[in-house]
Amino acid sequence: MSDSTTAPVMNGHAGSERVLDVPKGTRLLALENASKYFGSVIALEDVSMDLKAGEVHALLGDNGAGKSTLIKILSGVYQPDEGRYLVGDEEVHFNSPRDALARGIATVYQDLAMIPLMGISRNFFLGQEPEKGWGPFKRFDLQTANAITREELHKMGIEIRDPEHAVGTLSGGERQSVAIARAVYFGANVLILDEPTAALGVKEAAVVLKYIAQARARNLGVVFITHNVHHAYPIADRFTILNRGRSYGTFEKNDVSREQVVQMMAGGEDLERLGNELEEFARLDAEKHARLTPVAAETDVSMMQMGRELENEGDRVSG
Amino acid sequence: MTSEAVPAGSQSIRETARSRDVSPWRRLLLRPEVGALLGAIIVWVVFAVLAWDRGFVSARGVATYLEVAAQLGILAVAVALLMIAGEFDLSVGSIIGAGSVIAALIPTQLGINFWWGIVTALVFSLLIGFVNGVVVVRTALPSFIVTLASLFIIRGITIGTTRLVTGRTQVGGLQNVPGFESAATIFAYDIPLFGAAFPVSIIWWIVVAAISTWVLLRTQLGNWIFAVGGNPVAARMVGVPVRRVKILLFMNTALAAWLVAMIEITSARSADVLRGEQREFYAIIAAVIGGVLLTGGYGTVIGAVLGALIYGMVRQGVVFAGIDADWVAAVLGAMLLAAVLVNRYVRQRALGARE
Repeated sequence: MSDSTTAPVMNGHAGSERVLDVPKGTRLLALENASKYFGSVIALEDVSMDLKAGEVHALLGDNGAGKSTLIKILSGVYQPDEGRYLVGDEEVHFNSPRDALARGIATVYQDLAMIPLMGISRNFFLGQEPEKGWGPFKRFDLQTANAITREELHKMGIEIRDPEHAVGTLSGGERQSVAIARAVYFGANVLILDEPTAALGVKEAAVVLKYIAQARARNLGVVFITHNVHHAYPIADRFTILNRGRSYGTFEKNDVSREQVVQMMAGGEDLERLGNELEEFARLDAEKHARLTPVAAETDVSMMQMGRELENEGDRVSG
Repeated sequence: MTSEAVPAGSQSIRETARSRDVSPWRRLLLRPEVGALLGAIIVWVVFAVLAWDRGFVSARGVATYLEVAAQLGILAVAVALLMIAGEFDLSVGSIIGAGSVIAALIPTQLGINFWWGIVTALVFSLLIGFVNGVVVVRTALPSFIVTLASLFIIRGITIGTTRLVTGRTQVGGLQNVPGFESAATIFAYDIPLFGAAFPVSIIWWIVVAAISTWVLLRTQLGNWIFAVGGNPVAARMVGVPVRRVKILLFMNTALAAWLVAMIEITSARSADVLRGEQREFYAIIAAVIGGVLLTGGYGTVIGAVLGALIYGMVRQGVVFAGIDADWVAAVLGAMLLAAVLVNRYVRQRALGARE
């Protein structure tokens, strides 16, 4: 693997086999009492969190909880109005995602991970194309790009016939995996994954979770943003739970049950009453459906099945 | 939690890796320009049958339709690159008009060397391209609207100024200005071959197309062009300078318009404010027939070259076949529609749509 032909934006650039060379548990980044306001709207208030090497840190919250604002602060799109953002022990002020990338903080957005009509290797190296040749004859070294892409995907267990095939031919889970592999390959120490499993089926989500576990095993720090507890719970080491722009705090997995996490995400006791009402509706609906069609019941079973599969997957991966 | 390396490629991942071998023939059929290639062959066969003994297949016939194709092709190649990057340029026709008048007025009115006019027109064209690009990326307005506005502004100013200065809308007598001979050699030289005169614009066309296709497929800039058209936000996220790429390509279409303007005024020995009228549409038609996607992110330079070739063969073919030239527009319109349908099918196949 040759990295002499290209000027890497990020530090490192040692391929996806790289292991982050700091003691496990070293603090990679931290947000201290960060707030962000948009006019009179409080998007985020007094939120603190940190990320350690070798952990998956789930950032949970319902729609509108402030997850997107928090990611955008971490990835350099926004600056916090109050509070401090530390990378290692140093306070930083990022002006663009490029600044964050330069510090090894890479963000993979759910729907912006890949460009579907472009080839896989062209996507993989977009913005960091290996070049060869001289002066005006400098050209994109597609052979190298193809070889590295094939090799990196092979390591992830994705076999492709032709690295120049359009990314659109890959499944949603494969696309997310390739995007994560790309970030790791180009030297990310911190992966910020925005809803990486959102639009995926059970098996595909499992593939992505497995790859997140691999990144953790290489001692990288992973921020896993999701509103789906069932995807986050099996793989995360810690949870930070957001609700209406505020943080409920960060919890170790051992200290909190899945049900407690769900409850906090939903906004606590206020919503418990509503929850009871909804349950009552659901019970009535289920009775009606059970009379009309057996399909509804099956759907419920398959949802439970999915949860169990993921949990097993997570245990197996982390065990 | 442990930090053991996790073995890659266990069973459930392997299952997701499924694709099958595709025959070379099928792969050829999936290329974006294959529709245009088939179209070009069909058009050639049709006119070869209709006008075989009237000179369509003679060297002179080939030279005529290649000349028409070349003048559109230079433009179509640049327009194709811009369209792949997700933008339109409707102002190219008016840049041809303005560029040719500027290049002709300066030597005839001031009595100085023709090359001053040529260079001034070049600077003017690049400036217009730059302004088009900056306005589009700064305002985020659709380039269709922005360049439609510049089309009318430039055309209006060109006609107004020319009539003010000369009292007419044409500038003639270029063959008498100093420097015309050298310019005509570069832009309008006729190469005698097989008993016919092949204009040097065909060479320009080939050179422009060769450089463009190399840039698009084999350079970093080319990769960025696809990305900018495919998804500008995603491209910016990974560090592609989206705005600079777009501005550069607007300047490139203006540059192509200038080259076409210089070829036309040196071969006609006169300039006309209406030169290049509707050329923007023909350039877009050629690019689309060649498989360029209107929404950007997909297409080839070779396709645009074939699109221009089809245009040249249709335009001159009807003349050779003795058909009224009024029918050309209808034929081109029908081909455009057919091309869009074929290309959509090909693209869906390329993305692996199920049978």
